[in-house]
Amino acid sequence: MFAALADPTRRFLLDLLYERDGRTLTDLASGLAMTRFGVMKHLKVLEDAGVVVARRSGREKLHFLNPVPIRLIHDRWIDKYTEHRVSALLDLKNELEIPS
Amino acid sequence: MSATSTTTAQVYRVYIKASAEAIWQAITDPEWTNRYGYTGYAHYDLRPGGSYQVMANEEFKAAAAAQGYPCPDVVVDGEVIEADPPRKLVTTWRMLMDPACVAEGFTQVTYEIKQVSDRACSLTVTHEVDGAPTVASLVSGQMDDRGEGGGGGHAWVLSDLKSLLETGSTLAG
Repeated sequence: MFAALADPTRRFLLDLLYERDGRTLTDLASGLAMTRFGVMKHLKVLEDAGVVVARRSGREKLHFLNPVPIRLIHDRWIDKYTEHRVSALLDLKNELEIPS
Repeated sequence: MSATSTTTAQVYRVYIKASAEAIWQAITDPEWTNRYGYTGYAHYDLRPGGSYQVMANEEFKAAAAAQGYPCPDVVVDGEVIEADPPRKLVTTWRMLMDPACVAEGFTQVTYEIKQVSDRACSLTVTHEVDGAPTVASLVSGQMDDRGEGGGGGHAWVLSDLKSLLETGSTLAG
């Protein structure tokens, strides 16, 4: 997941999908100075990481941004960091309130 | 359709270490739906044309009233379009807590469950939000990001559901 995001082209593809979801490969490739094959490879990495979900609509393959994996990281890690920060603040308050 | 075709669907996918039956139950059994996400008792009449209603629980109603937004008994309603346990559920969906959402009428939600290994399934939620910008903003969590409340939408609900099925407790504990 982090490896998938550690590439400027792939982050740009995600930006394009954030702007407007449900795009075709042709549509996405038109925003990049890169071959269709190159874009396809990057999309595959994003799909494997779960942050892009492709869905068939008639003859077209549409790509959607899937925010769930990023949400999972947020819920698992960021919430814990927030807790730590809060407890650190409480510790600080306790320190300050100890009469000297 | 041209290369610039647009769509107004939102797609959410999560992988859960649980059986397809367990995931189906967590989506369609009121005692389960009341345990994660926005909570509330979901009642589905699982046949085409059958009714779909989510009833707010007492705690939810009290919290809403305390914030000055008394909420109706039925917070979401709709109609079952397709029910294929434990694989696929399609319903119409209307949010009844907010006048702007009510005015946008019915949208369509699809749940798809696929076995991806011996122990895990993928759950994909597709919400067709054509002509419903307020609903789109609410269920994507963007409204909450802007500080207007409304919770984290589908991504948050699926994260919570995964947590409940895999660990036995939700993110809130």
